[in-house]
Amino acid sequence: MDAGDALLLARAQFGLNIAFHILFPTLSIALAWYLVWFRVKYARSRDPAWLATYRLWVKIFALTFAMGVVSGITMSFQFGTNWPGYMEKVGNIAGPLLAYEVLTAFFLEATFLGVMLFGMERVSTRVHIFSAAMVAIGTTLSAFWILALNSWMHTPQGQVMDGGALIAGDWLQVIFNPSFPYRFTHMMLASGLSGSFLVAGLSAWRLLKAPQDAGALTTLRAGTLVAAVLAPLQVLVGDLHGLNTLEHQPAKIAAIEAIWKTGKGVPLVLFAIPDETAGRNDYAIEVPKLASLVLKHDANAEVQGLDAFAPDHPPVAPVFFAFRAMVGMGMLMLALAWAGSWILRKGAPRWLLWAFAGMTFSGWIATLAGWLVTEIGRQPWLVTGILRTADAVGRVPEAALGASLAGYALVYGVMLLAYVVTLTHLAGEGAKA
Amino acid sequence: MTLDLPLAFAVLMGAAILAYVVLDGYDLGVGMLMPAATDDEQDVMVASIGPFWDANETWLVLGVGILLIAFPAAHGYILGALYLPVAAMLTGLMLRGVAFELRVKAQGWHAELWNWLFWFGSFLASFAQGYMLGRYVTAFQPGWGYFFFALLVGAALCGGYVLLGATWLVLRTEGELQRKAVAWTRWGLLWVALGVALVSLATPLASEIVRDKWFDFPRTLGLMLLPLATLAAWLWVWATLGKSEWKPFAGAVAIFVLAFTGLAYSVFPYVVLGWLTIWEAAAHPSALKVVLAGALAVLPFLVGYTVFAYRVFRGKARAGLYGH
Repeated sequence: MDAGDALLLARAQFGLNIAFHILFPTLSIALAWYLVWFRVKYARSRDPAWLATYRLWVKIFALTFAMGVVSGITMSFQFGTNWPGYMEKVGNIAGPLLAYEVLTAFFLEATFLGVMLFGMERVSTRVHIFSAAMVAIGTTLSAFWILALNSWMHTPQGQVMDGGALIAGDWLQVIFNPSFPYRFTHMMLASGLSGSFLVAGLSAWRLLKAPQDAGALTTLRAGTLVAAVLAPLQVLVGDLHGLNTLEHQPAKIAAIEAIWKTGKGVPLVLFAIPDETAGRNDYAIEVPKLASLVLKHDANAEVQGLDAFAPDHPPVAPVFFAFRAMVGMGMLMLALAWAGSWILRKGAPRWLLWAFAGMTFSGWIATLAGWLVTEIGRQPWLVTGILRTADAVGRVPEAALGASLAGYALVYGVMLLAYVVTLTHLAGEGAKA
Repeated sequence: MTLDLPLAFAVLMGAAILAYVVLDGYDLGVGMLMPAATDDEQDVMVASIGPFWDANETWLVLGVGILLIAFPAAHGYILGALYLPVAAMLTGLMLRGVAFELRVKAQGWHAELWNWLFWFGSFLASFAQGYMLGRYVTAFQPGWGYFFFALLVGAALCGGYVLLGATWLVLRTEGELQRKAVAWTRWGLLWVALGVALVSLATPLASEIVRDKWFDFPRTLGLMLLPLATLAAWLWVWATLGKSEWKPFAGAVAIFVLAFTGLAYSVFPYVVLGWLTIWEAAAHPSALKVVLAGALAVLPFLVGYTVFAYRVFRGKARAGLYGH
């Protein structure tokens, strides 16, 4: 065995866990706000159709939330088991941020969740809506703290050395680090889009089975309209996030665009097969000078290539392809949301319903692709300029890592399958009062 | 006088772990009792823990979180040494967590499968926790003897959780199921008595540090109050069973609090027995201060709405609640 294998296994296992985990909060943050909306609609209108809608979606939310909680518990253990060097080096900053996540958010969600799910007949309407709102605020606050920490790992600031230990000099600087506002907004919009496509997709699935279901048509329209508003915002915020990355993590941008050599008037690579060993692109389709124009707003401006950062630059191919998968999926979502909003004013043709049903989990693909871009794009650093991933890995034997990796993969596979099957089944049955 | 931050965090961590063991203990115990009940009774049993289990498991995250944040060196060491049982426990908790939802939402044999996985997940998580406790108090020493000791603690903790779960059902159910729960409690009590007796005798044998702390006359005489109080709590559960609904549960909780106090006494001031004390393992004071301020601000609210949630769901559990 060599150190590289253990590092790869530790990364594969942590990556698998966090990729599995991120699927569920991405949906539940948005769904929690949708539920507040449905609940308030019912309280105002007293229309049993809204109650039925609320009841259906609260079931879907409960399952999504449970998946998020159990995979999240795994994360809290793996920080120490897989990356002991991480807590040793930056624990004085990462620790408090994680603590605040658990304290302010996790308990808020988990406790009020019980009242929200089971307490409708036991508490007043006001208290029930309050509980639903607390769950939504809790999920959003969770994301706030986690993304503050994640952003700090990308663009650290506010830390000072005290003796041999790295500590926070200014917490506000740590939390509101340069990439945080962009990353948080980007992630919240991603959640909103993923949740909206889930709402629209499952409603479309119901309409395919029961075209007369008026409640499902209402939620299909709601999901589509929200997505149509959020999608262009996401394009804008994504672009701003990219410019912020160019400023603070230029190597990541060079990998995204597969720019190997620093130069002026750099072309934009639309598609290519990046060749890591030769340091060039094969089968490239390029638009001359466009990268310089997009990144620097000047067709002849100089753009730093990967050679400027060698050997500390991320692997190019995964970042390059994941970025194109994210943007491609995002554009598809934008197109469907706009087309759907227009067509749904008049009626719901079956082809459109099939399109939405097929895109039910499109948010997952875009989110995972985006997550791969940003996290692989940070390599070889775990905390940019401060801690290398290779220096943080633990000494768990490879056999134990491999065995538990296989075990987790099996359990996650079963859970994911059960989740998708159950959601499809619930939606197929439709909303019942 | 300055505040001893590592000590404060050790107390907080202990409180979080104790809260977890008691709270998730009763719902894990209910999960382990599932095969002994009829289908209808199973639905009532799950309904009795449904509104609480999410929040109960959050205490585990808080306990492990404090270990990670306040004693980072110990977190890596302990969880690295317990890597596989931790993975087993997490697998159990995950299976169980989704089975809560899926056993009522899935159809036909799928529902049966998730029902079975609910039991299996509860058992796996409980056993793994006991196993880890057994490894922890013997400082992770290698050898078959220590391995079997840890298995023994695993079985004992399952018995303890069954006791908590059965007394919880006595409190929260009625009729035939309640009568069954009374019988389960008696079995749980016998199991716990056997387990606690064996563990209490074996732990000093397995660990020199623990032995020296307990067998140090005349301090031993004062310490004997702890096992005596545990015995009294045990007898109280036995005596009040069938006469009172809440006293058996209170007695079972008392047994856990007393056993935990004994354990805390055995280990203190170490966080890794014989190797790392809480002061050696502690994070930088600046980080501890920030977290403590947040924890003290949030904890009253946390306790407040936990009480609120238990008030909302007071009274007897009914089947069907879990259909939302």
